[in-house]
Amino acid sequence: MLITLLRNPKVRGFIFQFLTVIGLVAFLWYIGINTVANIEQRGIQTGFGFLNGTAGFGIDQSPISYSEEDTHGRVFLVGLLNTLIIAFVGIVFSTIVGVIIGILRLSKNWLIAKLARGYIDFFRNIPLLLQILFWYNVVLRAMPSPKQSYNFYDMFFINNRGLYFPLPAYNITFYTILGSLVVALLATIVLNAWANKRKETKGEDFIVIPWAIGMFIIFPFIAYFLGGSHLDFSYPELRGFNFKGGKTLSPEFLALAFALTIYTATFIAEAVRSGIEAVSHGQKEAAASMGMSNYQSLKLVILPQAIRISIPPIINQYLNLIKNSSLATAVGYPEIVTVFAGTSLNQVGQAIEIISMTMLVYLVISLVVSAVLNWFNHKMKIKER
Amino acid sequence: MAIFQKVETRTAPSSTKGFSYWIKYNLFSTPLNAALTLLGIAILFWIIPPFIKWAYINADFQGSTREDCNSGGACWVFIRMKIDMFMYGFYPSVERWRVNTIYGLFFILMGSFKFLKSPWIKVILMHVYFIAGFILVRGDMFGLEYVPTDKWGGLMLTILVAAVGIVSAFPIGVILALGRQSNLPIIKSVSVTYIEFIRGVPLITILFMSSIILPLFFPEGVTFDKLLRALIGIAMFEAAYIAENIRGGLQSIPKGQYEAADAIGFSYWQKMFLIILPQALKVAIPNLVGVSIALFQDTTLVLIIGLFDLLAMVRLSAADSYWLGYETEGYVFVTFIFWIFCYSMSNFSQKLEKRFNTNLR
Repeated sequence: MLITLLRNPKVRGFIFQFLTVIGLVAFLWYIGINTVANIEQRGIQTGFGFLNGTAGFGIDQSPISYSEEDTHGRVFLVGLLNTLIIAFVGIVFSTIVGVIIGILRLSKNWLIAKLARGYIDFFRNIPLLLQILFWYNVVLRAMPSPKQSYNFYDMFFINNRGLYFPLPAYNITFYTILGSLVVALLATIVLNAWANKRKETKGEDFIVIPWAIGMFIIFPFIAYFLGGSHLDFSYPELRGFNFKGGKTLSPEFLALAFALTIYTATFIAEAVRSGIEAVSHGQKEAAASMGMSNYQSLKLVILPQAIRISIPPIINQYLNLIKNSSLATAVGYPEIVTVFAGTSLNQVGQAIEIISMTMLVYLVISLVVSAVLNWFNHKMKIKER
Repeated sequence: MAIFQKVETRTAPSSTKGFSYWIKYNLFSTPLNAALTLLGIAILFWIIPPFIKWAYINADFQGSTREDCNSGGACWVFIRMKIDMFMYGFYPSVERWRVNTIYGLFFILMGSFKFLKSPWIKVILMHVYFIAGFILVRGDMFGLEYVPTDKWGGLMLTILVAAVGIVSAFPIGVILALGRQSNLPIIKSVSVTYIEFIRGVPLITILFMSSIILPLFFPEGVTFDKLLRALIGIAMFEAAYIAENIRGGLQSIPKGQYEAADAIGFSYWQKMFLIILPQALKVAIPNLVGVSIALFQDTTLVLIIGLFDLLAMVRLSAADSYWLGYETEGYVFVTFIFWIFCYSMSNFSQKLEKRFNTNLR
């Protein structure tokens, strides 16, 4: 009776899971008791009260106002924003570089295809941390001192303190131009929708791109005059030992942005290439036999299928890039791992709370990105009849 | 009514073979292509001759002091003088034969695998190799002098972390992958939670966790050494990625294989270990090599928690006040080493992919 019961897969499954749960609970219980005892013995505080405590250290780059008197909660926010900034910059540039390299990799030009392949093979086989340290220590920190900066047209300066460039003042002209760009973007979207509809109902082609480019050039031009044609720039100038005015990008930021872009671009390039190669040759031939031009077959037949294949791995690379931005801590760019899981942790000592919060940030970002990916996969799924 | 018209004879096509045709077709077929080609040549000229000039023509190879570097190019003397540090860290120089023996044994092991047929003997030999290697490096047994782990460093530590990480993460990864495919709800959700959690956070946070929080989990008196803590973190991290790749292999196995195993009355473990996993692992191997490359690159992160791997050793040597200013040479050297390792592994995985691909169809 007992043996027949034990041979029943359902009963066995139940017993097996029951044992797993007991094992897990016992393990967590053991860890919990030890942790509580250790924390008490070492006099570590618990709870999230430290978030309201004064941080007492400075952060040299912050998108929001921050001073030494601010709290650890504020430090967390500054770190999070800096993570998002570097992730955004990295994603934009690695996509641009990656797509270009991926397409060049398939070029019929022998030399260009080989160069693109060389780029991919070279940079993807070097650890990212090594690349970050290389850009930081060998290239950017070896730049001349501010007095001997490299000077480009008296507007851009590069020295060992970073890259300096002019910044427009936030006056009415600036905002009108900004507004005009938004209008141009909206107009392009509307125009594109209209063109698609016309294509579907009447079958007539309407090429949107030249119109869009035109709008993006002409609208800001008009806005410049409408807004009082008064655009002030604040130029970086050498005062004493350092530059004042304009905007500065620190060597830490630049090193991280370069390395993340160059490294991630190799993976994006491979995703783009394999996406295009995965579209079967018959598709191209079918398009050609229907009399489509090269451009038409690329736009209407190849790319829609290639994008469906390429986008999921590319989004995965975005996720990797966001996680890899945590390597900033090696050069000291003040993102969340550097300032919160680094400096704040050293001061407060509440490792469990701080590391869990940091992990949670990355988990939430990952979940959001995966949700977007799933939505995309669902939307792009081939609707078969 | 169509009238026949004689078409003018076309001139013969210019040679469609030979060097000039190849250049014309591959490099200068359109104006855009020609421009790209010229740009490519310009880039090559901009990068390669200066690099060769710096790294070889103007470089200093001979000598043993800073003063020997006076030709204005790379100072490889620095690398030569520090090479022992890069390879072995602070491992005592009289004991370095032990590390070299392990490298030698590795090649003997790989060589013997070509002749051994039974997988079980291979697995046992692997384990013997790892245990013997550990005893050799650590010492404190059979009259070998004890070398504490904080003396281990350089390339030796990099290889050790990568190898131990992969080998210890592999069984956990297999179990997690099976758990994720299981139809027992609790097992499945535990595996999914673990895998998704680990894959959602950066390795550096896991290393922080294993180096700072892990000691809190165990009673007073139980101490882990720094290297062991890093290894635990890396194995935990890598197991999730290995599990995902094995799951990919498991999913590629047709359902008929499962049903056939069930039909001849195999138990779950028999079915998995005799029928499914051997096929699934074969499919997954190219991707697993990819994971190994990523892990090999990720080993550099241990420098953030204070271990001295190859990269950390180079940073340390470049900060030596006597050799100040030669960090470029150091970084170029590590880049070269890492590149050789990763590139040969990725070539290997591409070859495996081709080899296994023919079997599948």
